[in-house]
Amino acid sequence: MKDRILNIVENFEKDPGRMMDILLEVQSEFGCVSHEAVSIIASALNVSEVDVTQTRSFYHFFTCQPVGKYAVYVNNSVVSCMKGMSEVVDEFEKVTGIKFGSKTQDGLISLHYTACIGMSDQEPAALINSVVFTELNREKVRKLVADMRAGKAVQEMFTELGDGINAHPLVKSMVKNNIRKAGPVTLGEYTVGKGLMKALGMDSKAVITEVKDSNLRGRGGAGFPTGMKWDFCSRESGDHYVLCNADEGEPGTFKDRVLLTERAHMLFEGMAIAGYAIGAKEGILYLRNEYAYLKAYMESVLTELRNKNILGKNIHGKGFDFDIRVQYGAGAYVCGEESALIESAEGKRGEPRNRPPFPVQKGYKNKPTIINNVETFCSAVKIIENGSAWYKAIGTPESAGTKLLSISGDCKLPGVYEIVWGMSIKEMLDMVGAENVQAVQVAGPSGICLPPSQFDRKIALEDLPTGGSMIVIGKNRDLLKDVVLNFMEFFADESCGSCVTCRSFNMILKNSIEKIVEGHGIKKNIDEMMAWSEILRKTTRCGLGQTSSNPITTTIKNFKELYDMRVKDVEYQSEFDMSKAVKDSCEVVGRPAIIHE
Amino acid sequence: MSEIVKFTIDGKECQGKKGQLIVDAAADNGVYIPVLCHMRDLIPAGSCRICTTKVNGRYMAACTTPVDEGTVVENDTPELLDIRKAIVEMLFVEGNHFCPSCEKSGNCDLQALGYKYQMMAPRFPYAFERRELEASTPKIFLEKNRCIFCKRCVRVIKDDQGRSVFAFKGRGKTLQINIDKKLAANLSDEMAKKAMDICPVGAILRKEVGFVEPIGTKKYDHKPIGSDLKNIYQ
Repeated sequence: MKDRILNIVENFEKDPGRMMDILLEVQSEFGCVSHEAVSIIASALNVSEVDVTQTRSFYHFFTCQPVGKYAVYVNNSVVSCMKGMSEVVDEFEKVTGIKFGSKTQDGLISLHYTACIGMSDQEPAALINSVVFTELNREKVRKLVADMRAGKAVQEMFTELGDGINAHPLVKSMVKNNIRKAGPVTLGEYTVGKGLMKALGMDSKAVITEVKDSNLRGRGGAGFPTGMKWDFCSRESGDHYVLCNADEGEPGTFKDRVLLTERAHMLFEGMAIAGYAIGAKEGILYLRNEYAYLKAYMESVLTELRNKNILGKNIHGKGFDFDIRVQYGAGAYVCGEESALIESAEGKRGEPRNRPPFPVQKGYKNKPTIINNVETFCSAVKIIENGSAWYKAIGTPESAGTKLLSISGDCKLPGVYEIVWGMSIKEMLDMVGAENVQAVQVAGPSGICLPPSQFDRKIALEDLPTGGSMIVIGKNRDLLKDVVLNFMEFFADESCGSCVTCRSFNMILKNSIEKIVEGHGIKKNIDEMMAWSEILRKTTRCGLGQTSSNPITTTIKNFKELYDMRVKDVEYQSEFDMSKAVKDSCEVVGRPAIIHE
Repeated sequence: MSEIVKFTIDGKECQGKKGQLIVDAAADNGVYIPVLCHMRDLIPAGSCRICTTKVNGRYMAACTTPVDEGTVVENDTPELLDIRKAIVEMLFVEGNHFCPSCEKSGNCDLQALGYKYQMMAPRFPYAFERRELEASTPKIFLEKNRCIFCKRCVRVIKDDQGRSVFAFKGRGKTLQINIDKKLAANLSDEMAKKAMDICPVGAILRKEVGFVEPIGTKKYDHKPIGSDLKNIYQ
């Protein structure tokens, strides 16, 4: 083991900055990063063991104890639960004889939960040794477990392949693209290399001006003007870096997965254009580990682009050098925050940085860095190709261009839609075949929960901004229990814990909503949650804490009656339920419970 | 570099160096902004959020935000005081703090802030988190029940090769402070003392030299926290 680990460390040139890659390889080879492994890595890198542990313990795909030969990670995000996750979980537990969070005695199978894996349009889904299994049900689970017991390779556990590149020999995945509507920009017609060729014929400043003029704004959700970001970064001196944020962790989002699958060339070309514009030689695609099934394909696309001299040295003979490497994450939502992403790409815990300095000033390796979303880079390619005027003519005056939506939940046609900004929620619901809608969760858990009375609002940066997640919630759902509680559990798990308020409030708020859902809440709790959410919003460093109370505050605002129905109008309500406790203990000893209410 | 800029805190005219952190510039001008994680000349952690102020109308941590010409800082407002009190309460419910039995009582910044903001009963429910006492290193007790995750020890205490003796482990609700047993085995008395001194609470305690300072002579025994702005962050 020692030699092999030393070998891995050696392969990354004993660079502590590549800690993520080292840990990923150790985890995949040994099924865990044990204390012994930590010790070997630490001494090889000449860092302390606690330094290795701090990275190891931050990401949930790194484990201290070995996972099973087949490590099953079932997605427990909202849409998965809506689509029958509990049955899948029940069946897994029944056939394996173990509970989630544990491993069979022979070490063959381990069962784990994981946050949204970007398959909301084909839930319930799970990852087994990085291979995606979608639309699971009891029968499929029984077959999977039988296959595991028979020792089948994970790749051979399914026969049907997905559409498009999903069926590519280097991907061979059952994932479906579900592209329901292609628009003129990211999912429109595309010829490899055309945009970059045109960019290289322009002055780098002119490229930035073109992007600025297009009014393109960040597609990850924050909506920062892309051209302005590139401009700021280009003005800084020293080495520059181009980072692509493909962490897509917002539950209910999966549009970047489709772009990565179907538009990988376009993405890399967009990164190269950005590199030319700001004066960078190196790009990094930070790809969430949930999409590691695309690894071989990504590498093949990079090789192809190098062969075509779209990447590499002296591109198209214009004296421009640019290359890209793929950095995998290891399971941490907060790494979608740009400065946390940089920390992670540097091999550290994904803790968001303090600002200033901003990444455009001091980013990756403390050098000027731009970080853009996958869709942003893809859009930039078309902007350069067709010009800013063409782009600006699409959409609304404030929101130029198109937006990819990942629509899932209670609708007939879940999938990816490239829409023109300005579409109303009502139009969207008609488009996806949604009826009896109770609410739409716009922009994922960190966004807002929208009631039918506001369905005429527009999907646009000036009205309802979104990174792409749209979850349709039907009338049959228990909004507080099925949605709000699930979201708060998610945030409590995913807070990096660095800020006091984010670490604690998300737990406290989660406990408060749980108390209300379980029927122990009182009127006062509603006001408290509002007041505490406000403190949380004002006192955290990054977007996670600033938005993580939104599931609670937006539902209190828009669905107050659901809370009023559940809380009691009393001064004090015990959280301890005597009758329930008696019933539980009687059940344990096998005696009928006699309860006098 | 050291261009002088004028700024205001609650209307008071102040001067500072351009780019200087608000919390330091305020102290230089005799204005106290409470801190737990901040130490002068150390890379800011910005993690305890107790120094939350309004800077040009926006809520910012004073320990991570630089002053500039004309910066308007709001510090002593009822809203901000309540936020700070809430943070202190939050730290008390999050960990397990029993002041009467703690050696740092009187020298503890968290306790002192509890008094300053007149905390009675915390508004938040107690977490009753189960945390460990790490006593296996020769010089130090690491009392995790009291850690407030300020990262002072993480940032300051290094071995002679610059390796970290302390680091975080886990994230969110599983976050804990972790000590490197191998490096801690070789920690000098001087470093052990420093670790205990910079810890704003009683999470890091030296072994074999307990309770040397008599009650009545400790930092906050006679004057409340914030009275001595010169030595405020050691």
